[in-house]
Amino acid sequence: MRATLRRTLGLAWVVPALVLVGVFVYLPLVQNLQFSTLKWDIYSGSQEYVGLDNYTKLVDDPVFWSSLGNNALYAVVSIVFQVFGALLLAALIEGVRSQRWQRALRAIYFIPSAISLTVAGLLFYFIYEPNLGPLNHALRAVGLGELAQAWLGQESTAMSSIIAMSQWQGFGYSTLLFAVAIQRIPSEIYGAAAIDGVGAVGRFFRITVPLVREMTGLMAIVTLSGAFQVFNEVMVMTAGGPNNSTQVLGTWLYRSGFVRNNFGYAAAIATVLFVITLAVAVAQLWVTRRRRVEW
Amino acid sequence: MVTRLSFLGVIARVFMWAFLLALAVVVVYPLLWMTLNGFKTNAELFGDPFALPLDWSFGNYVKAWNRGVSDYLTTSVLVTLTSTVATVFISAWAAYGLTRVDIPLNKTLTAVILGGLMLAPTVALVPLVKLFQAMGLYNTFWALLILYTAFRIPFTTFLIRAYMIDLPREVDEAAEMDGAGRWTAFWRIILPMCKPILTSTVLLHILFTWNEYLFAMIFTSGSGVQTLPVGLTSLMSKHGTEYPVVFAGMVIAALPVVLLFFLGQRYIVKGLADGIGK
Repeated sequence: MRATLRRTLGLAWVVPALVLVGVFVYLPLVQNLQFSTLKWDIYSGSQEYVGLDNYTKLVDDPVFWSSLGNNALYAVVSIVFQVFGALLLAALIEGVRSQRWQRALRAIYFIPSAISLTVAGLLFYFIYEPNLGPLNHALRAVGLGELAQAWLGQESTAMSSIIAMSQWQGFGYSTLLFAVAIQRIPSEIYGAAAIDGVGAVGRFFRITVPLVREMTGLMAIVTLSGAFQVFNEVMVMTAGGPNNSTQVLGTWLYRSGFVRNNFGYAAAIATVLFVITLAVAVAQLWVTRRRRVEW
Repeated sequence: MVTRLSFLGVIARVFMWAFLLALAVVVVYPLLWMTLNGFKTNAELFGDPFALPLDWSFGNYVKAWNRGVSDYLTTSVLVTLTSTVATVFISAWAAYGLTRVDIPLNKTLTAVILGGLMLAPTVALVPLVKLFQAMGLYNTFWALLILYTAFRIPFTTFLIRAYMIDLPREVDEAAEMDGAGRWTAFWRIILPMCKPILTSTVLLHILFTWNEYLFAMIFTSGSGVQTLPVGLTSLMSKHGTEYPVVFAGMVIAALPVVLLFFLGQRYIVKGLADGIGK
Protein backbone atom coordinates (compact mmCIF):
# COMPACT_ATOMS: atom_id res chain seq x y z
CA MET A 1 0.00 0.00 0.00
CA ARG A 2 2.74 2.41 0.95
CA ALA A 3 4.74 1.28 -2.04
CA THR A 4 1.86 2.10 -4.38
CA LEU A 5 1.49 5.50 -2.77
CA ARG A 6 5.21 6.11 -3.21
CA ARG A 7 5.07 5.14 -6.87
CA THR A 8 2.08 7.39 -7.46
CA LEU A 9 3.82 10.30 -5.75
CA GLY A 10 6.67 9.82 -8.21
CA LEU A 11 4.28 11.06 -10.90
CA ALA A 12 4.83 14.58 -9.57
CA TRP A 13 8.01 14.68 -11.65
CA VAL A 14 6.09 14.25 -14.88
CA VAL A 15 2.90 16.15 -14.12
CA PRO A 16 4.03 19.68 -15.15
CA ALA A 17 5.20 18.48 -18.56
CA LEU A 18 2.14 16.30 -18.98
CA VAL A 19 -0.31 19.09 -18.16
CA LEU A 20 1.33 21.63 -20.47
CA VAL A 21 1.62 19.22 -23.39
CA GLY A 22 -1.87 17.83 -22.76
CA VAL A 23 -3.66 21.17 -22.55
CA PHE A 24 -1.76 23.14 -25.18
CA VAL A 25 -0.61 20.51 -27.68
CA TYR A 26 -3.06 17.56 -27.60
CA LEU A 27 -6.33 19.18 -26.56
CA PRO A 28 -6.30 21.75 -29.42
CA LEU A 29 -5.78 18.91 -31.84
CA VAL A 30 -8.98 17.20 -30.76
CA GLN A 31 -10.89 20.48 -30.62
CA ASN A 32 -9.72 21.29 -34.12
CA LEU A 33 -11.64 18.29 -35.46
CA GLN A 34 -14.77 19.55 -33.76
CA PHE A 35 -14.29 23.14 -34.97
CA SER A 36 -13.89 21.94 -38.53
CA THR A 37 -17.56 20.93 -38.50
CA LEU A 38 -18.72 24.43 -37.57
CA LYS A 39 -19.51 27.62 -39.38
CA TRP A 40 -17.95 29.91 -36.86
CA ASP A 41 -17.52 33.65 -36.59
CA ILE A 42 -14.98 34.24 -33.84
CA TYR A 43 -15.81 37.92 -33.40
CA SER A 44 -19.58 37.65 -33.04
CA GLY A 45 -19.18 34.23 -31.45
CA SER A 46 -21.91 32.66 -33.57
CA GLN A 47 -21.44 28.95 -34.19
CA GLU A 48 -23.48 26.65 -36.35
CA TYR A 49 -22.99 22.94 -36.95
CA VAL A 50 -22.52 22.29 -40.67
CA GLY A 51 -21.22 18.71 -40.71
CA LEU A 52 -18.64 18.08 -43.38
CA ASP A 53 -19.51 21.22 -45.36
CA ASN A 54 -16.10 22.78 -44.77
CA TYR A 55 -14.44 19.71 -46.24
CA THR A 56 -16.65 19.68 -49.33
CA LYS A 57 -15.87 23.36 -49.83
CA LEU A 58 -12.20 22.53 -49.47
CA VAL A 59 -12.36 20.02 -52.29
CA ASP A 60 -13.93 22.64 -54.56
CA ASP A 61 -11.49 25.40 -53.58
CA PRO A 62 -8.88 25.93 -56.31
CA VAL A 63 -6.64 27.91 -53.92
CA PHE A 64 -6.56 24.97 -51.52
CA TRP A 65 -5.29 22.74 -54.30
CA SER A 66 -2.75 25.26 -55.55
CA SER A 67 -1.57 25.73 -51.94
CA LEU A 68 -1.12 22.01 -51.60
CA GLY A 69 0.72 22.00 -54.91
CA ASN A 70 3.03 24.78 -53.70
CA ASN A 71 3.80 22.80 -50.55
CA ALA A 72 4.56 19.75 -52.70
CA LEU A 73 6.85 21.79 -54.96
CA TYR A 74 8.55 23.14 -51.85
CA ALA A 75 9.06 19.59 -50.62
CA VAL A 76 10.50 18.29 -53.89
CA VAL A 77 12.95 21.17 -54.36
CA SER A 78 14.00 21.07 -50.71
CA ILE A 79 14.65 17.34 -50.84
CA VAL A 80 16.81 17.77 -53.93
CA PHE A 81 18.89 20.61 -52.45
CA GLN A 82 18.73 20.08 -48.70
CA VAL A 83 19.00 16.30 -48.69
CA PHE A 84 20.87 15.11 -51.78
CA GLY A 85 22.69 18.39 -52.41
CA ALA A 86 23.63 18.74 -48.77
CA LEU A 87 24.94 15.17 -48.59
CA LEU A 88 27.13 15.78 -51.61
CA LEU A 89 28.32 19.07 -50.17
CA ALA A 90 29.09 17.53 -46.78
CA ALA A 91 31.18 14.84 -48.49
CA LEU A 92 32.97 17.51 -50.52
CA ILE A 93 33.81 19.45 -47.35
CA GLU A 94 35.16 16.27 -45.76
CA GLY A 95 37.49 16.07 -48.76
CA VAL A 96 39.15 19.31 -47.66
CA ARG A 97 42.42 18.36 -45.96
CA SER A 98 42.57 21.12 -43.38
CA GLN A 99 40.31 20.52 -40.36
CA ARG A 100 40.19 24.24 -39.71
CA TRP A 101 38.83 24.97 -43.19
CA GLN A 102 36.30 22.17 -42.82
CA ARG A 103 35.00 23.73 -39.62
CA ALA A 104 35.01 27.25 -41.09
CA LEU A 105 33.06 26.25 -44.21
CA ARG A 106 30.46 24.30 -42.25
CA ALA A 107 29.99 27.24 -39.86
CA ILE A 108 29.70 29.79 -42.67
CA TYR A 109 27.11 27.72 -44.52
CA PHE A 110 25.11 27.39 -41.31
CA ILE A 111 24.80 31.13 -40.54
CA PRO A 112 21.55 31.63 -42.55
CA SER A 113 19.93 28.85 -40.49
CA ALA A 114 20.79 30.63 -37.25
CA ILE A 115 19.03 33.86 -38.22
CA SER A 116 15.26 34.05 -38.26
CA LEU A 117 13.23 33.33 -41.38
CA THR A 118 11.79 36.81 -40.95
CA VAL A 119 15.22 38.40 -41.37
CA ALA A 120 16.14 36.05 -44.22
CA GLY A 121 12.78 36.64 -45.91
CA LEU A 122 12.98 40.43 -45.62
CA LEU A 123 16.58 40.32 -46.85
CA PHE A 124 15.57 38.43 -49.99
CA TYR A 125 12.53 40.63 -50.44
CA PHE A 126 15.04 43.43 -50.96
CA ILE A 127 17.41 41.29 -53.05
CA TYR A 128 14.52 40.48 -55.40
CA GLU A 129 13.21 44.07 -55.32
CA PRO A 130 12.99 45.26 -58.96
CA ASN A 131 14.57 48.71 -58.48
CA LEU A 132 17.08 48.61 -55.67
CA GLY A 133 17.62 44.83 -55.57
CA PRO A 134 21.14 43.64 -56.38
CA LEU A 135 19.80 40.65 -58.36
CA ASN A 136 18.41 42.77 -61.21
CA HIS A 137 21.41 45.12 -61.00
CA ALA A 138 23.79 42.18 -61.34
CA LEU A 139 21.84 40.74 -64.28
CA ARG A 140 22.01 44.08 -66.08
CA ALA A 141 25.70 44.44 -65.30
CA VAL A 142 26.56 41.15 -67.00
CA GLY A 143 24.38 41.89 -70.04
CA LEU A 144 21.42 39.74 -69.03
CA GLY A 145 19.23 42.79 -68.49
CA GLU A 146 16.27 41.19 -70.25
CA LEU A 147 16.08 38.66 -67.40
CA ALA A 148 15.64 41.41 -64.82
CA GLN A 149 12.07 41.29 -63.52
CA ALA A 150 9.76 41.78 -60.54
CA TRP A 151 10.62 38.40 -59.04
CA LEU A 152 8.07 38.43 -56.23
CA GLY A 153 5.54 40.57 -58.07
CA GLN A 154 4.45 38.20 -60.82
CA GLU A 155 2.74 34.84 -60.59
CA SER A 156 5.22 33.02 -62.81
CA THR A 157 8.28 33.62 -60.62
CA ALA A 158 7.05 34.43 -57.10
CA MET A 159 6.83 30.89 -55.71
CA SER A 160 10.16 29.79 -57.19
CA SER A 161 11.83 32.89 -55.77
CA ILE A 162 10.57 32.13 -52.27
CA ILE A 163 11.65 28.49 -52.57
CA ALA A 164 15.09 29.61 -53.76
CA MET A 165 15.46 31.80 -50.67
CA SER A 166 14.48 28.88 -48.51
CA GLN A 167 17.24 26.73 -50.02
CA TRP A 168 19.76 29.47 -49.28
CA GLN A 169 18.49 29.60 -45.72
CA GLY A 170 18.35 25.87 -45.02
CA PHE A 171 21.08 23.97 -46.87
CA GLY A 172 23.75 24.71 -44.24
CA TYR A 173 21.67 23.06 -41.53
CA SER A 174 21.39 19.71 -43.29
CA THR A 175 24.99 19.91 -44.51
CA LEU A 176 26.12 20.24 -40.92
CA LEU A 177 24.12 17.20 -39.84
CA PHE A 178 25.39 15.12 -42.75
CA ALA A 179 28.93 16.15 -41.81
CA VAL A 180 28.35 14.77 -38.30
CA ALA A 181 27.05 11.50 -39.80
CA ILE A 182 30.02 11.20 -42.15
CA GLN A 183 32.48 11.83 -39.32
CA ARG A 184 30.97 8.91 -37.43
CA ILE A 185 32.08 6.55 -40.21
CA PRO A 186 35.35 4.91 -39.06
CA SER A 187 38.23 6.38 -41.11
CA GLU A 188 39.73 2.88 -41.52
CA ILE A 189 36.96 2.04 -43.97
CA TYR A 190 37.96 4.96 -46.21
CA GLY A 191 41.65 4.11 -45.75
CA ALA A 192 41.13 0.49 -46.79
CA ALA A 193 39.13 1.55 -49.85
CA ALA A 194 41.82 4.03 -50.88
CA ILE A 195 44.46 1.31 -50.64
CA ASP A 196 42.27 -0.92 -52.83
CA GLY A 197 42.39 1.83 -55.42
CA VAL A 198 38.82 3.07 -55.01
CA GLY A 199 38.66 6.72 -56.14
CA ALA A 200 36.95 9.59 -54.40
CA VAL A 201 33.75 9.17 -56.42
CA GLY A 202 33.69 5.44 -55.74
CA ARG A 203 34.25 6.02 -52.03
CA PHE A 204 31.31 8.46 -51.97
CA PHE A 205 28.87 6.04 -53.62
CA ARG A 206 30.13 2.81 -52.06
CA ILE A 207 30.92 3.97 -48.51
CA THR A 208 29.46 7.37 -47.66
CA VAL A 209 26.03 6.99 -49.25
CA PRO A 210 25.21 3.55 -47.80
CA LEU A 211 26.61 4.35 -44.35
CA VAL A 212 24.71 7.61 -43.87
CA ARG A 213 21.53 6.07 -45.31
CA GLU A 214 19.69 6.42 -42.03
CA MET A 215 20.56 10.13 -41.72
CA THR A 216 19.43 10.58 -45.31
CA GLY A 217 16.09 9.02 -44.44
CA LEU A 218 15.64 11.18 -41.37
CA MET A 219 16.67 14.37 -43.18
CA ALA A 220 14.23 13.60 -45.99
CA ILE A 221 11.44 13.20 -43.43
CA VAL A 222 12.32 16.35 -41.51
CA THR A 223 12.56 18.32 -44.75
CA LEU A 224 9.25 16.94 -45.99
CA SER A 225 7.51 17.78 -42.73
CA GLY A 226 8.99 21.29 -42.78
CA ALA A 227 7.90 21.86 -46.37
CA PHE A 228 4.26 21.30 -45.44
CA GLN A 229 4.49 23.66 -42.47
CA VAL A 230 5.96 26.60 -44.41
CA PHE A 231 4.53 29.90 -43.20
CA ASN A 232 7.01 32.53 -42.08
CA GLU A 233 8.90 33.22 -45.30
CA VAL A 234 5.73 33.36 -47.41
CA MET A 235 4.03 35.77 -45.00
CA VAL A 236 7.06 38.05 -44.95
CA MET A 237 7.84 38.00 -48.68
CA THR A 238 4.45 37.92 -50.46
CA ALA A 239 1.73 37.12 -47.88
CA GLY A 240 0.41 34.63 -50.43
CA GLY A 241 0.15 37.01 -53.38
CA PRO A 242 0.20 37.97 -56.16
CA ASN A 243 -3.30 36.66 -56.84
CA ASN A 244 -2.88 33.80 -54.30
CA SER A 245 -0.12 32.28 -56.41
CA THR A 246 2.20 31.75 -53.42
CA GLN A 247 -0.40 30.53 -50.94
CA VAL A 248 0.65 27.44 -49.01
CA LEU A 249 -1.55 25.48 -46.60
CA GLY A 250 -0.31 27.49 -43.60
CA THR A 251 -0.94 30.91 -45.13
CA TRP A 252 -4.27 29.85 -46.65
CA LEU A 253 -5.34 28.61 -43.22
CA TYR A 254 -4.32 31.95 -41.74
CA ARG A 255 -6.11 33.95 -44.41
CA SER A 256 -9.29 31.86 -44.26
CA GLY A 257 -9.53 32.09 -40.49
CA PHE A 258 -7.93 35.27 -39.33
CA VAL A 259 -8.56 37.54 -42.31
CA ARG A 260 -11.81 36.22 -43.75
CA ASN A 261 -13.14 35.19 -40.34
CA ASN A 262 -14.03 31.69 -41.44
CA PHE A 263 -12.52 29.65 -38.61
CA GLY A 264 -14.38 26.43 -39.34
CA TYR A 265 -12.85 26.41 -42.80
CA ALA A 266 -9.41 27.18 -41.35
CA ALA A 267 -9.84 24.24 -38.98
CA ALA A 268 -10.63 21.98 -41.95
CA ILE A 269 -7.36 23.04 -43.62
CA ALA A 270 -5.60 22.33 -40.31
CA THR A 271 -7.03 18.80 -40.34
CA VAL A 272 -5.52 18.18 -43.78
CA LEU A 273 -2.20 19.52 -42.49
CA PHE A 274 -2.51 17.24 -39.47
CA VAL A 275 -3.04 14.14 -41.58
CA ILE A 276 -0.03 14.98 -43.77
CA THR A 277 2.36 15.74 -40.90
CA LEU A 278 1.19 12.71 -38.95
CA ALA A 279 1.82 10.44 -41.93
CA VAL A 280 5.32 11.88 -42.24
CA ALA A 281 5.94 11.42 -38.50
CA VAL A 282 4.83 7.79 -38.64
CA ALA A 283 7.34 7.29 -41.45
CA GLN A 284 10.02 8.77 -39.21
CA LEU A 285 9.10 6.40 -36.40
CA TRP A 286 9.31 3.53 -38.84
CA VAL A 287 12.83 4.54 -39.95
CA THR A 288 14.14 4.79 -36.37
CA ARG A 289 12.43 1.54 -35.31
CA ARG A 290 13.96 -0.33 -38.22
CA ARG A 291 17.42 0.85 -37.20
CA ARG A 292 16.95 -0.49 -33.68
CA VAL A 293 16.07 -3.90 -35.07
CA GLU A 294 19.07 -3.90 -37.39
CA TRP A 295 21.49 -3.07 -34.60
CA MET B 1 50.18 7.06 -64.74
CA VAL B 2 50.84 8.42 -61.30
CA THR B 3 51.54 11.91 -62.62
CA ARG B 4 48.41 11.88 -64.76
CA LEU B 5 46.31 10.89 -61.79
CA SER B 6 47.73 13.59 -59.60
CA PHE B 7 47.32 16.11 -62.42
CA LEU B 8 43.63 15.20 -62.58
CA GLY B 9 43.61 15.31 -58.81
CA VAL B 10 44.89 18.87 -58.84
CA ILE B 11 42.23 19.91 -61.37
CA ALA B 12 39.56 18.27 -59.24
CA ARG B 13 40.83 20.06 -56.14
CA VAL B 14 40.83 23.43 -57.91
CA PHE B 15 37.22 22.91 -58.98
CA MET B 16 36.24 21.75 -55.51
CA TRP B 17 37.75 24.81 -53.88
CA ALA B 18 36.27 27.13 -56.48
CA PHE B 19 32.84 25.65 -55.79
CA LEU B 20 33.12 25.71 -51.99
CA LEU B 21 34.38 29.29 -51.94
CA ALA B 22 31.76 30.47 -54.45
CA LEU B 23 29.08 28.95 -52.23
CA ALA B 24 30.57 30.73 -49.21
CA VAL B 25 30.31 34.02 -51.13
CA VAL B 26 26.67 33.28 -52.02
CA VAL B 27 25.95 32.79 -48.32
CA VAL B 28 27.99 35.66 -46.91
CA TYR B 29 27.40 38.37 -49.52
CA PRO B 30 23.65 38.89 -48.82
CA LEU B 31 24.41 39.11 -45.09
CA LEU B 32 27.22 41.57 -45.71
CA TRP B 33 24.95 43.60 -48.02
CA MET B 34 22.30 43.70 -45.28
CA THR B 35 24.84 44.94 -42.73
CA LEU B 36 26.26 47.60 -45.06
CA ASN B 37 22.79 48.85 -45.97
CA GLY B 38 22.23 49.64 -42.31
CA PHE B 39 24.83 52.38 -42.73
CA LYS B 40 23.52 53.89 -45.98
CA THR B 41 21.08 56.68 -46.73
CA ASN B 42 17.99 55.95 -48.79
CA ALA B 43 19.52 57.75 -51.79
CA GLU B 44 22.65 55.61 -51.62
CA LEU B 45 20.56 52.45 -51.34
CA PHE B 46 18.56 53.27 -54.45
CA GLY B 47 21.67 54.45 -56.32
CA ASP B 48 24.19 51.64 -56.63
CA PRO B 49 23.30 48.63 -54.45
CA PHE B 50 26.88 47.34 -54.58
CA ALA B 51 28.55 50.56 -53.38
CA LEU B 52 30.00 50.93 -49.91
CA PRO B 53 28.32 53.40 -47.54
CA LEU B 54 29.75 56.92 -47.80
CA ASP B 55 29.44 57.69 -44.14
CA TRP B 56 29.75 54.99 -41.48
CA SER B 57 27.28 56.49 -39.03
CA PHE B 58 25.06 54.53 -36.69
CA GLY B 59 22.16 56.94 -37.32
CA ASN B 60 19.92 54.25 -38.81
CA TYR B 61 20.62 51.94 -35.90
CA VAL B 62 19.66 54.68 -33.45
CA LYS B 63 16.49 55.39 -35.45
CA ALA B 64 15.56 51.72 -35.56
CA TRP B 65 16.19 51.44 -31.84
CA ASN B 66 13.95 54.40 -31.08
CA ARG B 67 11.20 53.30 -33.44
CA GLY B 68 10.30 50.17 -31.56
CA VAL B 69 13.28 47.86 -31.90
CA SER B 70 14.25 48.48 -28.26
CA ASP B 71 10.76 47.31 -27.22
CA TYR B 72 10.85 44.26 -29.50
CA LEU B 73 14.32 43.38 -28.26
CA THR B 74 13.28 43.67 -24.62
CA THR B 75 10.26 41.42 -25.22
CA SER B 76 12.38 38.92 -27.16
CA VAL B 77 14.96 38.78 -24.38
CA LEU B 78 12.29 38.34 -21.68
CA VAL B 79 10.33 35.67 -23.54
CA THR B 80 13.53 33.85 -24.45
CA LEU B 81 14.90 33.87 -20.89
CA THR B 82 11.70 32.86 -19.13
CA SER B 83 10.64 30.19 -21.58
CA THR B 84 14.15 28.72 -21.67
CA VAL B 85 14.23 28.36 -17.88
CA ALA B 86 10.69 26.96 -17.79
CA THR B 87 11.18 24.53 -20.68
CA VAL B 88 14.53 23.16 -19.58
CA PHE B 89 13.54 22.64 -15.94
CA ILE B 90 10.13 21.15 -16.64
CA SER B 91 11.70 18.86 -19.26
CA ALA B 92 14.55 17.84 -16.97
CA TRP B 93 12.01 17.00 -14.23
CA ALA B 94 10.02 14.92 -16.64
CA ALA B 95 13.13 13.19 -17.99
CA TYR B 96 14.23 12.39 -14.44
CA GLY B 97 10.84 10.95 -13.56
CA LEU B 98 10.71 8.89 -16.74
CA THR B 99 14.22 7.46 -16.50
CA ARG B 100 15.20 7.25 -12.82
CA VAL B 101 12.03 7.06 -10.75
CA ASP B 102 9.80 4.01 -10.58
CA ILE B 103 6.45 5.46 -11.69
CA PRO B 104 3.28 3.77 -12.94
CA LEU B 105 2.47 3.80 -16.68
CA ASN B 106 6.02 4.83 -17.51
CA LYS B 107 5.89 3.69 -21.14
CA THR B 108 2.56 5.36 -21.84
CA LEU B 109 3.64 8.64 -20.28
CA THR B 110 6.88 8.63 -22.26
CA ALA B 111 4.94 8.05 -25.47
CA VAL B 112 2.48 10.83 -24.64
CA ILE B 113 5.15 13.44 -23.89
CA LEU B 114 7.50 12.54 -26.75
CA GLY B 115 4.53 12.06 -29.11
CA GLY B 116 4.03 15.82 -28.96
CA LEU B 117 7.07 16.01 -31.26
CA MET B 118 4.92 14.80 -34.13
CA LEU B 119 2.33 17.54 -33.93
CA ALA B 120 2.64 20.69 -36.01
CA PRO B 121 1.84 24.00 -34.25
CA THR B 122 -0.16 25.19 -37.26
CA VAL B 123 -2.70 22.43 -36.69
CA ALA B 124 -3.48 23.66 -33.18
CA LEU B 125 -3.73 27.33 -34.12
CA VAL B 126 -7.50 27.89 -34.27
CA PRO B 127 -8.36 26.13 -30.98
CA LEU B 128 -5.40 27.78 -29.25
CA VAL B 129 -6.66 31.24 -30.17
CA LYS B 130 -10.05 30.40 -28.67
CA LEU B 131 -8.41 28.90 -25.59
CA PHE B 132 -6.19 31.92 -24.94
CA GLN B 133 -9.06 34.32 -25.52
CA ALA B 134 -11.10 32.38 -22.98
CA MET B 135 -8.23 32.53 -20.48
CA GLY B 136 -7.84 36.27 -21.13
CA LEU B 137 -4.23 35.74 -22.13
CA TYR B 138 -4.57 36.59 -25.80
CA ASN B 139 -2.13 39.33 -26.78
CA THR B 140 -0.07 38.99 -23.61
CA PHE B 141 3.47 37.99 -22.77
CA TRP B 142 2.06 34.89 -21.06
CA ALA B 143 0.65 33.50 -24.29
CA LEU B 144 4.10 33.32 -25.85
CA LEU B 145 5.75 32.03 -22.67
CA ILE B 146 3.20 29.21 -22.30
CA LEU B 147 3.16 28.25 -25.99
CA TYR B 148 6.94 28.24 -26.41
CA THR B 149 7.29 26.14 -23.29
CA ALA B 150 4.52 23.65 -24.04
CA PHE B 151 5.51 23.11 -27.67
CA ARG B 152 9.21 22.65 -26.91
CA ILE B 153 8.82 20.29 -23.93
CA PRO B 154 8.61 17.15 -26.13
CA PHE B 155 11.84 17.91 -28.00
CA THR B 156 13.73 19.06 -24.90
CA THR B 157 12.55 16.09 -22.83
CA PHE B 158 13.54 13.79 -25.69
CA LEU B 159 17.14 15.09 -25.63
CA ILE B 160 17.56 15.14 -21.84
CA ARG B 161 15.89 11.75 -21.43
CA ALA B 162 18.24 10.14 -23.97
CA TYR B 163 21.16 11.49 -21.95
CA MET B 164 19.86 10.58 -18.49
CA ILE B 165 19.04 7.04 -19.53
CA ASP B 166 22.75 6.42 -20.13
CA LEU B 167 23.87 7.58 -16.68
CA PRO B 168 24.90 4.57 -14.55
CA ARG B 169 22.40 3.16 -12.00
CA GLU B 170 25.07 3.26 -9.27
CA VAL B 171 24.71 7.04 -9.16
CA ASP B 172 21.20 6.77 -7.72
CA GLU B 173 22.21 3.98 -5.35
CA ALA B 174 25.11 6.02 -4.03
CA ALA B 175 22.81 8.97 -3.51
CA GLU B 176 20.34 6.79 -1.61
CA MET B 177 23.09 5.36 0.58
CA ASP B 178 24.04 8.90 1.53
CA GLY B 179 20.45 9.35 2.60
CA ALA B 180 19.68 11.86 -0.11
CA GLY B 181 16.03 12.04 -1.12
CA ARG B 182 14.92 12.15 -4.75
CA TRP B 183 14.78 15.91 -4.70
CA THR B 184 18.37 16.29 -3.47
CA ALA B 185 19.63 13.58 -5.83
CA PHE B 186 18.06 15.39 -8.77
CA TRP B 187 19.49 18.81 -8.00
CA ARG B 188 22.84 17.85 -6.53
CA ILE B 189 23.83 14.80 -8.55
CA ILE B 190 21.83 14.06 -11.70
CA LEU B 191 21.34 17.61 -12.98
CA PRO B 192 25.04 18.57 -12.72
CA MET B 193 25.95 15.36 -14.57
CA CYS B 194 23.67 16.41 -17.43
CA LYS B 195 25.40 19.73 -17.96
CA PRO B 196 26.49 19.07 -21.58
CA ILE B 197 23.01 18.15 -22.81
CA LEU B 198 21.44 20.93 -20.75
CA THR B 199 23.75 23.40 -22.49
CA SER B 200 22.65 22.02 -25.87
CA THR B 201 18.96 22.25 -25.01
CA VAL B 202 19.34 25.79 -23.63
CA LEU B 203 21.09 27.00 -26.78
CA LEU B 204 18.61 25.29 -29.13
CA HIS B 205 15.69 26.71 -27.19
CA ILE B 206 17.15 30.21 -27.38
CA LEU B 207 17.57 29.90 -31.15
CA PHE B 208 14.00 28.64 -31.48
CA THR B 209 12.37 31.30 -29.32
CA TRP B 210 14.38 34.20 -30.71
CA ASN B 211 13.37 33.33 -34.27
CA GLU B 212 9.81 32.02 -33.81
CA TYR B 213 7.22 33.76 -35.97
CA LEU B 214 3.94 31.82 -36.28
CA PHE B 215 2.79 32.06 -32.64
CA ALA B 216 4.32 35.51 -32.17
CA MET B 217 2.42 36.83 -35.17
CA ILE B 218 -0.96 35.30 -34.27
CA PHE B 219 -0.93 35.81 -30.51
CA THR B 220 0.49 39.31 -30.17
CA SER B 221 -0.20 42.70 -31.67
CA GLY B 222 0.89 46.13 -30.48
CA SER B 223 4.52 46.93 -29.80
CA GLY B 224 4.44 46.23 -26.06
CA VAL B 225 4.25 42.46 -26.49
CA GLN B 226 5.76 41.86 -29.93
CA THR B 227 9.03 40.00 -30.34
CA LEU B 228 11.66 40.90 -32.93
CA PRO B 229 10.54 38.66 -35.84
CA VAL B 230 7.08 40.22 -35.79
CA GLY B 231 8.34 43.65 -34.79
CA LEU B 232 10.56 43.78 -37.87
CA THR B 233 7.58 43.31 -40.17
CA SER B 234 5.79 46.16 -38.33
CA LEU B 235 8.90 48.31 -38.72
CA MET B 236 8.82 47.49 -42.42
CA SER B 237 5.17 48.41 -42.92
CA LYS B 238 5.29 51.51 -40.74
CA HIS B 239 8.47 53.02 -42.12
CA GLY B 240 8.32 51.32 -45.48
CA THR B 241 10.14 54.02 -47.41
CA GLU B 242 13.09 54.30 -45.05
CA TYR B 243 14.67 50.98 -45.90
CA PRO B 244 18.08 51.54 -44.26
CA VAL B 245 16.34 51.75 -40.88
CA VAL B 246 14.71 48.38 -41.58
CA PHE B 247 18.11 46.92 -42.49
CA ALA B 248 19.54 48.22 -39.22
CA GLY B 249 16.70 46.52 -37.36
CA MET B 250 17.37 43.26 -39.19
CA VAL B 251 21.03 43.38 -38.17
CA ILE B 252 20.07 44.00 -34.55
CA ALA B 253 17.77 40.95 -34.68
CA ALA B 254 20.30 38.68 -36.41
CA LEU B 255 23.51 39.56 -34.60
CA PRO B 256 22.81 37.97 -31.17
CA VAL B 257 21.93 34.54 -32.60
CA VAL B 258 24.84 34.51 -35.04
CA LEU B 259 27.20 35.28 -32.15
CA LEU B 260 25.48 32.65 -30.02
CA PHE B 261 25.95 30.07 -32.77
CA PHE B 262 29.68 30.77 -33.06
CA LEU B 263 30.18 30.67 -29.29
CA GLY B 264 28.13 27.54 -28.66
CA GLN B 265 28.64 25.76 -31.98
CA ARG B 266 29.84 22.50 -30.43
CA TYR B 267 26.77 22.15 -28.19
CA ILE B 268 24.34 23.28 -30.86
CA VAL B 269 25.64 20.75 -33.37
CA LYS B 270 25.54 17.99 -30.76
CA GLY B 271 21.97 18.86 -29.79
CA LEU B 272 20.80 19.02 -33.40
CA ALA B 273 22.48 15.73 -34.29
CA ASP B 274 21.07 13.89 -31.24
CA GLY B 275 17.71 15.53 -31.76
CA ILE B 276 17.29 14.16 -35.24
CA GLY B 277 18.57 10.66 -34.91
CA LYS B 278 19.24 9.38 -31.42
